[in-house]
Amino acid sequence: MSAISREDVAHLAQLAHIEMSDAELDKMTGELGVIVDSIASVSEAASADIPATTHPIALSNVFREDVVGTTLTAEEALMNAPDSVDTRFKVPAILDGE
Amino acid sequence: MNEIIHLSATELAAKLRAGEITSVAAVQAHLDRIAEVDGGERGVNAFLHVNTEEALAVAAEVDAIRAAGGADAQALHPFAGVPIAIKDLIVTKGQPTTAASKMLEGWMSPYDATVIEKIRAAKLPMLGKTNLDEFAMGSSTEHSAYGPTRNPWDLDRIPGGSGGGSAAAVAAFEAPLALGTDTGGSIRQPGAVTGTVGVKPTYGGVSRYGAIAMASSLDQIGPVTRTVLDSAYLHELIGGHDAADSTSLNEPVPALIAAAEQGASGDMTGVRVGVIKELQGEGYEAGVQARFDESLEALRAAGAEIVEVSCPNFKYALGAYYLIMPSEVSSNLAKFDGVRFGTRVLPAEGPLTIERVMGATRAAGFGDEVKRRIILGTYALSAGYYDAYYGSAQKVRTLIQRDFDAAFAQADVLISPTSPTVAFELGSKTDDPLAMYLNDVATIPANMAGIPGITVPGGLSEGLPVGIQFLAPAREDARLYRAGAALEKLLEDKWGGRLIDQAPELSAATTGGVS
Repeated sequence: MSAISREDVAHLAQLAHIEMSDAELDKMTGELGVIVDSIASVSEAASADIPATTHPIALSNVFREDVVGTTLTAEEALMNAPDSVDTRFKVPAILDGE
Repeated sequence: MNEIIHLSATELAAKLRAGEITSVAAVQAHLDRIAEVDGGERGVNAFLHVNTEEALAVAAEVDAIRAAGGADAQALHPFAGVPIAIKDLIVTKGQPTTAASKMLEGWMSPYDATVIEKIRAAKLPMLGKTNLDEFAMGSSTEHSAYGPTRNPWDLDRIPGGSGGGSAAAVAAFEAPLALGTDTGGSIRQPGAVTGTVGVKPTYGGVSRYGAIAMASSLDQIGPVTRTVLDSAYLHELIGGHDAADSTSLNEPVPALIAAAEQGASGDMTGVRVGVIKELQGEGYEAGVQARFDESLEALRAAGAEIVEVSCPNFKYALGAYYLIMPSEVSSNLAKFDGVRFGTRVLPAEGPLTIERVMGATRAAGFGDEVKRRIILGTYALSAGYYDAYYGSAQKVRTLIQRDFDAAFAQADVLISPTSPTVAFELGSKTDDPLAMYLNDVATIPANMAGIPGITVPGGLSEGLPVGIQFLAPAREDARLYRAGAALEKLLEDKWGGRLIDQAPELSAATTGGVS
């Protein structure tokens, strides 16, 4: 594993919704290559019989009573919105075109 | 220098209760100090926002309650009126929360974090919000979008990170107390390089509700102070179960103040201290190793039983951390999309679709390190790589927990240097992400296993502070306070006072601030 190409980085940037210039892609490709090489050793440590730990201190069935708690008002929820109409967030067009 | 700001939080609290000092005077003294050393051309830059009006109002309220006496005065928290600084990753009503990112410039939280609710209830005036690496990603506070924080011991050096602002504020006597967050060492490493005390509690011991999430299986809020006892008080204040955080432990807060007071006798008789073989030697500066060895000798002389323990899988910890953390980062930061809150940037040309607005917003709003980690995490989680990277890293996490289990079978607490080096010069590692990541090699294992850790000052190397780290099993935070307070006492007896009092005098003349 390793060998992360410029095309890979361009694709990842697209997946992560971060626009990148050509210069940024070049720089990021070099830096990520070094980082990915250095972290490759983890797979050598992890044999099949070792269980994965997803949570440092596992808790299960964290429930609460089904009662209404404190929630934000519409005004509070919208107070930082870049754009809103009435009680809703206003989202740019999903599709290109008319 | 005003003597109020030199008091520990515990000392200041006692004087407030005795009526020797008013809270307004205490808050004003710290505001004056901030004005003097924080803002100049070479200022410490620990604060991103100073909360003057509200801090003075809360202080005046506490003074009025104390002056009136009676049941209300009796009911005040022992630290009521003692000012505190808040890392700007923790959301606060009435003050901006930026996470040191352009993405959240000017953002006002509509709610308080649970730790902030507790601080308000105890009536600790909040001095303001402290600087950090953007979204807490970094080890030097140089990744802040609002300029780096400077180390009060040497203004040309880094204060550690990500919580460099909180550590520097406390070290520069701009605040007696601060809150930090620790995902891979962001409380402990800044504590080490600024000669202060910092604690990462057991995962789930302090509510994380309202801490802007970086890596949710690793993040933890904790105290930043100048003394171990001050951390114990603050930890007991902010700790405890919170239904708003589903990872919060539903257990009482341990008796931490009592443990710190017990430790302050300096007696370590019967305490088994395990030296982690893998967290010393190669890669650790000679001066750091020397102070570490002296600390071991002091503990041994005080009755501690020093044993060597081996944690062979720690060599994989850094690699596993740099898979798990970015993976969680890429998911947690997906919410910054320019729709519901934060910055929205429109693309310079072409159609204004949501996808293109998101791409432009995240390109302009995030700094380089944040982008690097999001891309790395997206890579680690992508089809074809998931098992090799994220899956393997989670197995390494199990191996690290097993190493700790074995080590704690032999020792009550473990000990290591907190950071392999003293504070380095500003700018010296910003172009080498991997070198920057190595700063956290000794602090990361605790986050991976969810166990608590503390850093206490261990002396100086070339005039710069060295930190000593203790680690304890999950839920045994009290052991850190016992051992930490003991080492603090033993070393201060040797030095003839607190290490922080050896720091060079800061003034408006050295920082270019307002005298």
